[in-house]
Amino acid sequence: MEQKDYRPMWKELGLNLEGHDQLLAVLGKAYKDIYLSQENRPKGMQYLDFVISEAHGLRIEELMETKKKGNKVIGTFCVYVPEELILAVGGTCVGLCAGAEIGIDEAEKVLPRNTCALIKSFMGFKLAGLCPYIQASDLVVGETTCDGKKKAYEILNDYKETYVMEIPQMKTERDRALWRGEVVQFKEKVEEIAGRKITPENLRQGIKTANDKRRALQRLSTLRKAIPSPISGLDALLVNQIAFYDDPLRFTKSIQALCDELEDRVKNGVGVVKNRTPRILMSGSPMAVPNWKIPFIVETSGAIVVAEESCAGERSTRDLVKEDGKTLDDMIEAIVDRYMKIDCACFTPNEERIGHIRDLAKEFKADGVIHYNIQFCTPYSMEAYKVEKALQQKGIPTLKIESDYGMEDAGQLKTRIEAFLEMVRG
Amino acid sequence: MRTAGIDIGSRTIKLVAIEEGKIVTSLLVDTTHDPLEQCNRLMAQISFDRILATGYGRHFFETQFDAPTITEIKAFAQGARAIFPECRTILDIGGQDTKVIALGDKGGVTKFEMNDRCAAGTGVFLEVMAKTLGYPIEEFGKEALNAKEKVQINSMCTVFAQSEVTSLLAKRQKREDIARGIHMAILNRTLSLLKRVSTTPDIVFAGGVAKNPCLKNLLSDALGYDLKVPEDPQMVGAYGAAMIAQKS
Repeated sequence: MEQKDYRPMWKELGLNLEGHDQLLAVLGKAYKDIYLSQENRPKGMQYLDFVISEAHGLRIEELMETKKKGNKVIGTFCVYVPEELILAVGGTCVGLCAGAEIGIDEAEKVLPRNTCALIKSFMGFKLAGLCPYIQASDLVVGETTCDGKKKAYEILNDYKETYVMEIPQMKTERDRALWRGEVVQFKEKVEEIAGRKITPENLRQGIKTANDKRRALQRLSTLRKAIPSPISGLDALLVNQIAFYDDPLRFTKSIQALCDELEDRVKNGVGVVKNRTPRILMSGSPMAVPNWKIPFIVETSGAIVVAEESCAGERSTRDLVKEDGKTLDDMIEAIVDRYMKIDCACFTPNEERIGHIRDLAKEFKADGVIHYNIQFCTPYSMEAYKVEKALQQKGIPTLKIESDYGMEDAGQLKTRIEAFLEMVRG
Repeated sequence: MRTAGIDIGSRTIKLVAIEEGKIVTSLLVDTTHDPLEQCNRLMAQISFDRILATGYGRHFFETQFDAPTITEIKAFAQGARAIFPECRTILDIGGQDTKVIALGDKGGVTKFEMNDRCAAGTGVFLEVMAKTLGYPIEEFGKEALNAKEKVQINSMCTVFAQSEVTSLLAKRQKREDIARGIHMAILNRTLSLLKRVSTTPDIVFAGGVAKNPCLKNLLSDALGYDLKVPEDPQMVGAYGAAMIAQKS
């Protein structure tokens, strides 16, 4: 197929063309090695293959077109940013690049070396001019989910306007009031940027669109409870990752179609692996595209990942916003409630998360849990202790892994994961 | 049936063949820059019905010789348990890895930990330190036993520790004292790993570093328990693999 030349668009966006070419070459190869080498993939994954192949092309072109019509693009890094409000004003919410080891030299000019890979990555992407999404964004929204991100946004703001939402750290009534204030203020910010008012009608639609997307992802998640699972963990992770930047209506439709296919597979007992393949629940720090390292090692070591207890997974899809609100106030309250349920490790105490992990392990008949945290991600690395203890009490084998985006520990990780699987198999 | 186990480590490759429960062949060569050639040489020297590969090089062996693989964790668990049937904890310090493996009362692996990217406190660390002090690696532990004065080495990073040793030498510190300081540093690191995973006896000390008498003594003193060291501590993984090949 003739590839369209997007270089004029990239140039207009101020990307570093040479570096960007190299990035696409590396990504293309990684995708081929990790994704296209999988056997027995559902046909519905072709849509995702296409979206990935056009992630920096067609999708950006779409964003530029919607911008021409006066609609806004808002870039985010976190599941706390209420997408409903952005959708209400006809805006597009996109997750920004943060999953590759890139622009590290640039990032380390402004960040300490022992910063988590995700933060280093988004800073590197911006400073090296390699993320078309941040370039296309009219506003970047940050949040105070950890000290590293909080302080990094102050620096990022020098290069791109970054609006920061304050996330409470506890879940008392006072914290809810704080968060409500943040949601209302963000609503005003979105209205200001878009030059449009949020109304009960457009917000109702925004809520529905975001919920529909979550419903499709919930359906996918439920289908993975089947033994054998009809889809690989890598493919399901990709679906969850792409949810952050694809067009929500088209995405929802495509994922529902994928789920129809998977439902047939389940009915016919067709899976991507054999019945007795060990089933793994991944839990912990978010995995942004193209951070497929751990699931890839797990799934090429004879196991399958059946669920992700993480932001690109259950954490962002578990809860819906109530749709029965009549007034704008009702809807805002419903949004506040929904987002307050998120069990990010930035909260204290965070017993809900431990409970969710235990429930997921049970519901998905997981043979073991791999707790993954990005190196220097304090909230998740600290919480790993409590997670492991709680799972041990239930007799669920747990492996704690701390890693970053580099590949130098891949050999050691493979040994640890293989040994864990040997242990799980007994 | 004769089965073989090959353990392709970062420094040495070990090959053991067993028949009717007895070791019939036991070979060890350096890994060198060309581990494949070394494997070819070893393979030419033995005959067997089945072979199982382990160690960090197991996957290239798998592709080259079409052999199944298991991890070092499982291989050492099997091997140590066969030699010491009461074994509940294994400490394996090899060329680049340190592992502690906890076994259940029936011998299955219940927990394990290994260093994930840094080779601090492993065989290669000892090699570099021995060389800096002018000892052959075989004598290093023995010499450290002769220390009189206490010297503290603060860094466990090979590069930093080496410069620490160099500056101690410049201060005319006796080299056997420095040698013991180095062993103490490894001891502390190893103890914390053992305490995190298991210290249930019998504790078997395996891997090339188990040949070091100083470390064995220090560990036994600190734990108040005499560590069990197999006659041939480097061969435990290959032996375990050969045993598992009997069953598979």
